[in-house]
Amino acid sequence: MANVLEIKKLRKTYPGFMLKDISFSLPEGYVMGLIGPNGAGKTSIIKLIMNLIHSDGGEISIFGMHHGKDSVAIKERIGFVYDNPSWYTHLTLKQIKNLIAPFYRSWDESRFQELITTFGLPLKKRLSTFSRGMVMKSAIAIALSHHADFIVMDEPTSGLDPVFRRELLDLFYEILQSEKKSILFSTHITSDLEKIADFITFILEGTLIFTDTKDNVTENYAIIKGGLSLVDNLTEGLFKGMRKTAFGFEALTDNVKEVKKRYGRDVVVDSASLEDIMYFSKLRSSDDTAH
Amino acid sequence: MKIIISNSSPDPIYEQVGKQIKAQVLSGELKEGDALPSIRALAKELQISVITTKRAYDELIKEGFVDSVGGKGCFIAMQNKELLKEKRMKTIEEKLGVAVNDAQKLGIPLGDLKEMLDLLYREESE
Repeated sequence: MANVLEIKKLRKTYPGFMLKDISFSLPEGYVMGLIGPNGAGKTSIIKLIMNLIHSDGGEISIFGMHHGKDSVAIKERIGFVYDNPSWYTHLTLKQIKNLIAPFYRSWDESRFQELITTFGLPLKKRLSTFSRGMVMKSAIAIALSHHADFIVMDEPTSGLDPVFRRELLDLFYEILQSEKKSILFSTHITSDLEKIADFITFILEGTLIFTDTKDNVTENYAIIKGGLSLVDNLTEGLFKGMRKTAFGFEALTDNVKEVKKRYGRDVVVDSASLEDIMYFSKLRSSDDTAH
Repeated sequence: MKIIISNSSPDPIYEQVGKQIKAQVLSGELKEGDALPSIRALAKELQISVITTKRAYDELIKEGFVDSVGGKGCFIAMQNKELLKEKRMKTIEEKLGVAVNDAQKLGIPLGDLKEMLDLLYREESE
């Protein structure tokens, strides 16, 4: 299976922030969610993929091509939704579209009109009058109007209501009926788009925590709850991030089988949502810095 | 075909899909040669990931419930009735094994256990 995206040892240093040797890949025809709390480095990774900023090391290839040298050919086939579209707000959506459409050879005007109608967007109002949700919808409509093979979205659901997020999900499933289309999105709100994701890549403070199929993640990770008397005897390394209360503890594990084997009925095993994983991993990393 | 996914079930989603398709084969609702929806169509309908759906189908193929015909999709395989029965007996045996194990831990004698089984069996057939 060919990879639509391949990232090897990607590095980027900013004052006070560093992306550390990030490597992951996405096979063609699948969906990846790039998750992590604010400031984890998700947007930097997406900007590097889109060749909007330069890396300090590592390689990125898209459709098997070099992301810098073949940038023009690659972007023709990418539909890109940026977290905070920096469009001229005194223009109307129609004017913005007229600016962007000529860059794409495969621009499909009827598809665009269809999406605008579905999304209920006004073509002739200035963008300055748009809500954040409407701006996101506009960006998504534009990104989906040139039959892109790879859709890359930075926080596409921020500012969108739950009803529209569900509709968006249907739209993405529609696109995925073709085995040639792939999607990468970043998010810190994991509940909706999580359904469609085949792979989850988790970034925390510039470091890759894991990249795996969502099924493996949900199978291996769990929230373990138990009495405080257990806390001192817990095996090191089996638990990541722990929250203690007056009545017991809650901790994250990435090896639920081993926990069940060792502690059996002394603990309660709850499935861990991606939000749980983010929360408890973050707890641990702030513990580390405290020591 | 009927498939219902529960997000609160402890079973992984691919297993839920697989189990329900198998149950429908065993009950005869799905018959030999019946076409299954494509992986991507089923993922869309159930709002689950493509990989999860693929895994469910792969397991069904491995267990001999489904045949994959290149380029045409997946179909319910010819079922060996004897083999099916044997498989189901084995599941029942396993479940009884768990019950026996629990009973032994609690020191419940075989006679009492048999009585329980008798009672349950009659209740269910009523």
